[in-house]
Amino acid sequence: MIRGRVWKFGDDISTDHIAPGRYFHLRTNLPELAKHVLEDAREDFPKLVKPGDIIVAGRNFGLGSSREHAPRIIKLAGVSAVVAKSFARIFYRNAINIGLPLVETDAVDRISEGDVVEIDLESGRLKNLTTGEKYTFAPLPPFMMEVLKLGGIKEYIRKYGDYRI
Amino acid sequence: MGLTLAEKVISEHIGREVKPGDIVVVPVDLAFVQDGTGPLTVEEFKDMDFKSLKAPKAVLFIDHASPSPRKELSNAQKVLREFAEEYHAILSDVGQGICHQIVAERYARPGDIIVGADSHTCTAGALGAFATGMGSTDLALAFGTGKVWLKVPSTVRFELEGNLHKGVTAKDVILKIIGDIGADGATYQAMEFDGEFVRQLSVESRLTISNMAVEAGAKTGIMPSDEKVKAYLDLYGRGSDFTEILPDKDAEYERIIKIDVSTIEPLVSLPHTVDNVRPVAEVKGLKIDQVFIGTCTNGRLEDLRLAASILKGKKKADHVRLIIQPASIDVYFKALKEGLMEIFLEAGAVVLPPGCGPCVGIHQGIPADGEKVLSTQNRNFKGRAGNPFAEIFLASPATAAASAVTGFLTDPREFL
Repeated sequence: MIRGRVWKFGDDISTDHIAPGRYFHLRTNLPELAKHVLEDAREDFPKLVKPGDIIVAGRNFGLGSSREHAPRIIKLAGVSAVVAKSFARIFYRNAINIGLPLVETDAVDRISEGDVVEIDLESGRLKNLTTGEKYTFAPLPPFMMEVLKLGGIKEYIRKYGDYRI
Repeated sequence: MGLTLAEKVISEHIGREVKPGDIVVVPVDLAFVQDGTGPLTVEEFKDMDFKSLKAPKAVLFIDHASPSPRKELSNAQKVLREFAEEYHAILSDVGQGICHQIVAERYARPGDIIVGADSHTCTAGALGAFATGMGSTDLALAFGTGKVWLKVPSTVRFELEGNLHKGVTAKDVILKIIGDIGADGATYQAMEFDGEFVRQLSVESRLTISNMAVEAGAKTGIMPSDEKVKAYLDLYGRGSDFTEILPDKDAEYERIIKIDVSTIEPLVSLPHTVDNVRPVAEVKGLKIDQVFIGTCTNGRLEDLRLAASILKGKKKADHVRLIIQPASIDVYFKALKEGLMEIFLEAGAVVLPPGCGPCVGIHQGIPADGEKVLSTQNRNFKGRAGNPFAEIFLASPATAAASAVTGFLTDPREFL
């Protein structure tokens, strides 16, 4: 079960918002890069985000570059999950591969900044503890769920030695 | 049931018919990284304790910050060079050009599965490959196991008919498509481009269209391979890499979208999303501070010829910085021999060495606060050019060259 305080973002948050290109030289220093996470979308976010917090955003979160550094620094900043109406596909894939939980749901419109939400990934349930409202979402396919539960695709391959599909 | 191009390539790789939504493990034909994503791939490859490369072809490109503008990046690039030497991977070093252009010239084959740690890997779809961008860890696993996992995408087919008017290019066609369906209009899907217009289009122009499939959220932007593809491969001494690959007539599509390209006029994407598309004629007159002609979208010979045809005998406007960058060393050589470089220099342009240049916001032309950049690149997100307080407008090489001359956003038809 994931529980955390909500930060709201709009539609089309790109990988340039999350990990700006001007910090290209910090890509080999992820803890430093994480100090700038999402600063082009909300300047105060990197300073104020707390471990366990949850990002709730609109459509097409993570569009743009293939930079895996984007989900990695979101995770490094302590964010426990990203909830959005939809995700760009490379970001989605990268997040599963590095063990950052994602939830796709239109319930985003019913969640406000500062709300506390609780997510059960396996059963596909999301509860807004602030408003008491409950929602369901489609859980990940079994393979992707297992990758996420093991902490990422590396851990999956380490455990099984190969893909088991 | 018949197969779409994407389904056909994947099915042929695993020896059974796949359908959209299947999660499969596929062998890759080519796996590559670049200097922005590669260092993390090398770290993960070593962390996984892989002993050798299992991908049939593995290439490390140094194109994003090339040559390196700062020591952190120099050190990261050194890691890639050392990895290439230790594991016998191919290194495409400073000066060779942009990964996607080199992949098209030297490596991609029709029917291949290509994975690259760069979102514009979909470019090679123009040659009939299933080519898709992924992350650094995916590429570490592709290098080390020769395989990747994939969810088989459903396919949206674009049937393009008609002829372009003078001054309108393949760039305008793909901007029109993205403007119509939106920046998430093909998320998780394959875009398949076909039709009479595509079949008569040069491979260079096809690459421009496939390149931007990801800007509609697509996993790949694939096209049939035909005689034009064969001729392109022949040009690079790779005629034997050709195989014909066509979609089945009874393939099942998520959607079929028909477009008459003769209805398209010169278009521009306004800041800060690629799908914010307007006719140039509607927004012309905006003062431009920097014009950039190049990138994996529009840095090919045909693009430079088009720009040169407009710039010939003219000067850029005094207040504009005009930056031109060939996509590869091959393009550079050919442009040089044809006399295009002379035209550019006489017009007052700065010509950069082959690479990604100012498109990725690291060096070679970062705009000032409040400036407007008109570029032939594929992406105009806030901060993309290295400054979140600048604005980026996307257009064709014709629109870019015409605007460089006037200093204001200009419809290229006024010059032709």
